[in-house]
Amino acid sequence: MEHGSISDPSKSTFSLTDEDHTLANALRFTVNQDPRVAFCGYSIPHPSDNRVNIRIQTTGESAKDVLKDACQDLMLMCHHVRSTFDKAVGDFKISQTVKDMHIK
Amino acid sequence: MESGVEWIKELSDVPTGKLPPHLELQRTRVECKADAPIHTDTFQYSGAYASIGVDNSVRLDNFRDNFRVEVIRLTDEEMEFDMIGIDPALANAFRRILIAEVPTMAIEKVLIANNTSVVQDEVLSHRLGLIPIKADPRLFEFTENGAPTEKNTIVFKLHVRCEQGEPRLTVKSNELKWLPNGSEFPLVSESSSRGSSSKPRTYTSFNCSQDSLPEFSNNPISAMDNIIISKLGPGQEIELEAHAVKGVGKTHAKWSPVGTAWYRMLPEVVLLEEIEDKAAEQLKAKCPVGVFDIEDIGNGKKRAAVVRPRACTLCRECIRGGKEWEDRVALRRVKDHFIFTLESTGALPPEVLFTEAVKILEDKCERVISELS
Repeated sequence: MEHGSISDPSKSTFSLTDEDHTLANALRFTVNQDPRVAFCGYSIPHPSDNRVNIRIQTTGESAKDVLKDACQDLMLMCHHVRSTFDKAVGDFKISQTVKDMHIK
Repeated sequence: MESGVEWIKELSDVPTGKLPPHLELQRTRVECKADAPIHTDTFQYSGAYASIGVDNSVRLDNFRDNFRVEVIRLTDEEMEFDMIGIDPALANAFRRILIAEVPTMAIEKVLIANNTSVVQDEVLSHRLGLIPIKADPRLFEFTENGAPTEKNTIVFKLHVRCEQGEPRLTVKSNELKWLPNGSEFPLVSESSSRGSSSKPRTYTSFNCSQDSLPEFSNNPISAMDNIIISKLGPGQEIELEAHAVKGVGKTHAKWSPVGTAWYRMLPEVVLLEEIEDKAAEQLKAKCPVGVFDIEDIGNGKKRAAVVRPRACTLCRECIRGGKEWEDRVALRRVKDHFIFTLESTGALPPEVLFTEAVKILEDKCERVISELS
């Protein structure tokens, strides 16, 4: 899954199978937001292979750790999106029932 | 000495920790000019503004502070909401997952015993496949090239006949009858060799009836109502069984849980100068969706005002007709404000679909983490 020089852990390419732009683009965003990162990009080598390659070069930190942290960050962001969304929907439903009561 | 430092700090090109207004505008807005939009890209790299002393990284806590959701419209099959303070990379991931990766149930196998209608077998099967099934896909498993069981398959029966002398008959999806006990068609090879004592084996191997399961006992599974499947002339007949399984939209669009899921960025319309009297009337007439209105400012004078920027479709009619219009009106889009609309096909309500999509993205991250460690 991970390809990179063995001597230098700060630069590596990660090959994710069965993934596409959906995850890779989101991950590139979170990885790029990390100040330890010098470069991050992704590519889909061939459209009929179900795989993406994510390239990460850092300023010294292990690229693997940076990717792991980015995944963790993305998960926490998703979690926050979900809870905020559920709360907004709940509030909206309550306000709708209150509105309906006024009509009657 | 002290005053010298103060003097330096006041110079216009000394970092202040804030972006100068023109860069802030480029960062947060897409500007739509008469020929093409500009500043359409987002600045993702954390050090994009390092040289002017501005940190561009999104820390989790400031994401938490800034992120907002506002529900605009919510019905059983459709919802519209605003997602504010999120990067397009994430908004797009949710959209893509909704269309292609949230599972639903759809008819995958059709066993046709008799079809004398004008609709050919393969066309009929395709039409059946596209009918939304009102069943919660979370209660089912994916079929793993094993036998169809009560955990991964829903069986429907369709048997309609138009008798001689009757008028033409329209077959609608209401005619699809759920078979909670599985297939009723016996396997051909089995029926001859086996004795009549044991239950004949069919195309499914259900261990129990689906309507004995607590989740379906009170809400029977059905297909979407009122979809025309075929029309039968006198003497024509269709007899078939349809097996629905769980799948995702990237395999085939019939498994997509949404009719459409899309977003647009919030339009921002700004009048760069006072537009009065005749020009104001012209501006109001230019806009086909009524973004502008005219207000009286006394002394018989009138002034244009932006009243409904959200309605803007970005047709750019208002900035057409010469350079002077481009200088009067600025059309922008807010880069981190998404007006998200999704239409469910009926399997799950729209708000549940969105939460499911977010969960799927979380699962993807978890998979990467576990593979890395």
